Amino acid sequence: MTHRMVAALLALVGLLISVYLWLWKVGAIGVLACGDGGCETVQLSKYGDFLGVPVALWGMLAYGGMLALALLGLQPRWQTRREPTLGLLVVSGAGVAFSAYLTYLEAAVIHAWCRWCVVSALLVTVIFVTALVGWRGLGHAPAPAVSAG
Amino acid sequence: MAQSMNLKPFYLLLAVVAVAGGAWIWSARSGAAFEPVEVGPLSDSALAASGWVLGSQSAPVEIVEYADFGCPACARLAIITIPDVRRLLVATDRARLRFRDFPLGNPVVDMAHQAAACAGEQGRFFEMADQLFLNQSRWALEEDPRGRFEAFAEAVGIDLGRYGTCMAERRHWERVAAGRQAGLAIGINSTPRLVIGGIMLIGAQPYDSILKYVELAEARAAQ
Repeated sequence: MTHRMVAALLALVGLLISVYLWLWKVGAIGVLACGDGGCETVQLSKYGDFLGVPVALWGMLAYGGMLALALLGLQPRWQTRREPTLGLLVVSGAGVAFSAYLTYLEAAVIHAWCRWCVVSALLVTVIFVTALVGWRGLGHAPAPAVSAG
Repeated sequence: MAQSMNLKPFYLLLAVVAVAGGAWIWSARSGAAFEPVEVGPLSDSALAASGWVLGSQSAPVEIVEYADFGCPACARLAIITIPDVRRLLVATDRARLRFRDFPLGNPVVDMAHQAAACAGEQGRFFEMADQLFLNQSRWALEEDPRGRFEAFAEAVGIDLGRYGTCMAERRHWERVAAGRQAGLAIGINSTPRLVIGGIMLIGAQPYDSILKYVELAEARAAQ
């Protein structure tokens, strides 16, 4: 179950970063701790929103979902089941693809780097790899005990 | 059967991270993490950018605001704090407010800066700026907000024919760009920023913080 614990911890960090960026986007935080101002440039570009919703809010939803899945997978009745890890794989896989697209935009289109976005991209990648390793491990795990009536 | 694991230490770690992260975000909300910085002597480019001025030229203190019309924190400053600055400091001739454009690069926001400048050409810059900040969430996500900007221009009572020509010609773009250059020259890389008596305040500061630095600048001017 170690992979779910690692995923939960990283998803929590990602959730906090997303909340921070979203609070700035809605004006609740005066300035971003970002060093060179690249975060503002990226967040205020037209790519700072996706389908009319701030990208940070998508991040909150994704990390919140991954945190919930990882915590669910740590509950006794779910510990030997593969569904929570499969869910983590799907959500983090989508996150990796979306982060790769955003990182490309930062490098090639916006020409500014949002450090928090880069950290988020790394986090979701590590969650994906962790889930992948966990999935392979679950494949070799013994089947859950079935009690005969 | 799965071995039962003691998850208490893990949940404790999770709680510690959640509380520490929440506390850090809370401190960021207050802006306490950003100390004011002293600004060195202004370069020629900084001095050449006139910006837009509200208040008396004889006021002893100047508050220079660098803002991007699409920046949420700038809107927060404009909506919550700047009305008090205008009422209690500018209207009483204690300070004048100089707005310098600092667009961060979004083409739609660039257009907003031009719209404000075109209203400024007819003496309504600050009225237009108020419209842009108050309605930021309505236009910031639009692909082409020109129609909405025109409605703002109509609301502030300027000649729409002259405004339209000004926008079409991008007449004040150099002035907008000069404001950004002025900011870059003193090390600005994010918005909003306020410079009061050579001290730069970072982020959407509350009125009390602005008053403190105005009083400091008044004391220096009196020496």
